[in-house]
Amino acid sequence: MVTLKVNGTSLQTDVAADTPLLWVLRDHFQLTGTKYGCGEGLCGACTVLVDGVPLRSCVTPVGEVQGKAVITIEGIPDDHPVKQAWLAQEVSQCGYCQPGQILSAVALLTQIPKPGDTDIDRAMSGNLCRCGTYDRIRRAIHTASGVKKAKVRKPT
Amino acid sequence: MSKKTVMTRRQFIKTSALLSGGLVLACHLPLGQRDALAASDNVFAPNAFLRIGTDESVTVIVNKSEMGQGVYTSLPMLVAEELCCNWQNVTFIASPVAPEYNHAQFGPLMVTGGSSSVRSEWERLSLAGAAAREMLVRAAAQMWQVEPSTCRAENGSVISPSGVRLTFGALVDTAAKLPVPKNPKLKSGKKNLLGSSTKRLDSPAKINGTAIFGIDVTAPGMLTAVIARPPVFGGKVVRFNADKTLAYPGVRSVVAVDAGVAVAADSFWQAMKGRELLEISWEDGKWASISTAAMHEEYARLAATPGLIARSDGTAEALLAKSTDKIEAIFEMPYLAHAPMEPLNCFVDLKKEHCLIRTGSQFQTVDRAAAAKVAGLKPEQVDFETTFLGGGFGRRACTGSDFVIEAVQVAKAIGQPVKVIRTREDDMRAGYYRPMWYNRVEACLDKKGYPLAWYHRIVGQSIIAGTAFEPVMVKNGIDHTSVEGASDTPYDIPNLRVELHSPTNGVPVLWWRSVGHSHTAFVMESFLDELAHKAGKDPCQYRQTLLAKHPRNLNVLKIAAEKAGWGKPLPKGRALGIAVHESFGSFIAQVAEVSLDKKSAIKVHRVVCAVDCGRIVNPDIIKAQMESGIIFGLSAALYGAITLKDGRVEQGNFDTYSLVRLSASPQIEVHIVASNEAPGGVGEPGVPPIAPAVANALFALSGARIRSLPMTPDKIKTALKQA
Ligand code: FES
Ligand code: FES
Repeated sequence: MVTLKVNGTSLQTDVAADTPLLWVLRDHFQLTGTKYGCGEGLCGACTVLVDGVPLRSCVTPVGEVQGKAVITIEGIPDDHPVKQAWLAQEVSQCGYCQPGQILSAVALLTQIPKPGDTDIDRAMSGNLCRCGTYDRIRRAIHTASGVKKAKVRKPT
Repeated sequence: MSKKTVMTRRQFIKTSALLSGGLVLACHLPLGQRDALAASDNVFAPNAFLRIGTDESVTVIVNKSEMGQGVYTSLPMLVAEELCCNWQNVTFIASPVAPEYNHAQFGPLMVTGGSSSVRSEWERLSLAGAAAREMLVRAAAQMWQVEPSTCRAENGSVISPSGVRLTFGALVDTAAKLPVPKNPKLKSGKKNLLGSSTKRLDSPAKINGTAIFGIDVTAPGMLTAVIARPPVFGGKVVRFNADKTLAYPGVRSVVAVDAGVAVAADSFWQAMKGRELLEISWEDGKWASISTAAMHEEYARLAATPGLIARSDGTAEALLAKSTDKIEAIFEMPYLAHAPMEPLNCFVDLKKEHCLIRTGSQFQTVDRAAAAKVAGLKPEQVDFETTFLGGGFGRRACTGSDFVIEAVQVAKAIGQPVKVIRTREDDMRAGYYRPMWYNRVEACLDKKGYPLAWYHRIVGQSIIAGTAFEPVMVKNGIDHTSVEGASDTPYDIPNLRVELHSPTNGVPVLWWRSVGHSHTAFVMESFLDELAHKAGKDPCQYRQTLLAKHPRNLNVLKIAAEKAGWGKPLPKGRALGIAVHESFGSFIAQVAEVSLDKKSAIKVHRVVCAVDCGRIVNPDIIKAQMESGIIFGLSAALYGAITLKDGRVEQGNFDTYSLVRLSASPQIEVHIVASNEAPGGVGEPGVPPIAPAVANALFALSGARIRSLPMTPDKIKTALKQA
């Protein structure tokens, strides 16, 4: 039996301790906002926050996060500046990667409230988006950070 | 917004029937054959795109799959524009599979593809909205006892000559009793919604985790299954031992299906663990030794011999035989995986006389028929619900319905509701792919330096041959999707010959975002650049001369060049490359600004894109699709390759099949041409120009010409030495 604190609620399930957190969230707790994309820590679709740190839940055994605070996309309030910025910039296309993108962005902004483009590159390049929403993700992070950016970024 | 975005046919009929006080508008439109087809199948055909409730809600039933391209917004906008409703009240719902929802142009199929959603639905949905508006206006006029022509609809109300307003919700009971107008008139004058960057209706669900993709589907008693698949295409299970698998906690069934050995368990992870414990002996079959290296040699041999003629103007062959100064080149492109972020999956609940399928499909009618066949049911006994699609790119419009068939086989064998999930490796190794292509091109120039003769041989598998679409889509041996973008080039080339070889082998191939254009644009636009260089002319000017009779191609070319600062000085170590290509009824030019790093890897800093896609619905969605196409095409240009050795696919996950990441993502500027032309597609046309634009920029920068994709540092190093 493992006990997890997910989005502020204590949840229990009978599962082997080496089961990846991703599948516990999805199959045991029906928190399907966290997505499977690669299972190898390569795409970021499964990103969740564990004690505020973004982790790839597909390669995180559930046993390792017992007693720690897990935040999934379902735990990010709708009025959160990152979600609001995502809507303002119309980031989503198919949407599949976006929960992971948003959690990585939330973690980035907690750590660096006004990130520069290099910070964004570093924090967000583990999250793949096959629909290619990267330019908008970058803009949305700037929007969420409250940094007024020129509409068109200077080519780097 | 309505959270429930999928409705089964039964639910639909039930809701329709229960919708007392709601207007269910049937839209019988003069669409010839399809109309007859729809009318012959009343029982399962709610025949409606629009539902208006007494609560003022306007629900648009969308017959296109949402896979990122924004159809849950753009198609409702078409209806709402004509309906004159309040956009705040508009919601969407995925249509069931029924004849009414068949493609308006592609024949009796419900399908999302060919960048055709807005183009093909524009008229039908506009008329659906207009018909409803006319009925609501007549209902109000009847209540006020005035002439309908004296009333007008605006923002969800009908307004009387004296300015009294009745909301749509208050009118639906009366309107529902009126006959459906046969020839509804479209609005004239200013558009309220069309042309505005209206916010996407599906965005909120996609950022709060409530959007349900196929992989998220669940049901009471459902098992999750993964399939151990043969290492080689066409391989078969000889025997297997599942003792250890069955002993693993949570594993419920192990069954052999055509695709391999399926392990069904209480959860995905248990199924995975169980699969690892299987002992299987495979028979590889006849494709056990195929390799892309050997195919490459075979394709090269074929390219040296005449193929079937796809286009023949003038005497290209004779002119080239005589020419003492011809230019020749070989262009190669590998197999590519679609690699949607959501791996393929399918939920099936099979009962004796009914089957429920929930999955993200672009090809519902085909998939439903395939499912019915496996289940031993009639297609009408299969409820096929379309979820959100975590990317499609053509992969979920599978001519072989592979991911649906295997799931129905598993469900049939285990007798329980089941969701089959492909791991990323399954998804990448089990096919299907964009075909590998080999192109041989020769040209000679006239005295002014423009192409006099152009002789192009294309070698690659047909994606259509051997499918149910062959009789319609392959003409005289030519699969047009193999040569599109080359055989119908708009460039003014007096002597043009395009030939095709379509070899067969065991590799499953399929349309991949932009289909034939994904390879032909690279050849056309790279080789044209080479000719311009040979003629000593500016590549942009050169194209303009050759496109003089094609104003739309010409216009986007000029806009992209101007906005990108073509011809203006650039920072040191940077260069621009240009490409223009027409596909799916749209015209697109792109300019890429690139540099090379110390390891000879290309960095694309900026892409300027000009698009003329005719009349537009939502400019921001068009922009997003251009951005998307550019990144998708750039992944293929820089990294993408599926290779085979000993019959085995060598890639499996994103470590070996790389995609562009945020740090490598260029700044993208999109310029949309204001146009009154017929609407064009936007989902695919952004893809083709980017690879040649980048290759041309690399050439401008370094003199290195890359004719083989992807443009890896190794190839660039070799080309630099030859430059
Ligand atoms: S699913 Fe975890 S990183 Fe891809
Ligand atoms: S929005 Fe489709 S994968 Fe990112």
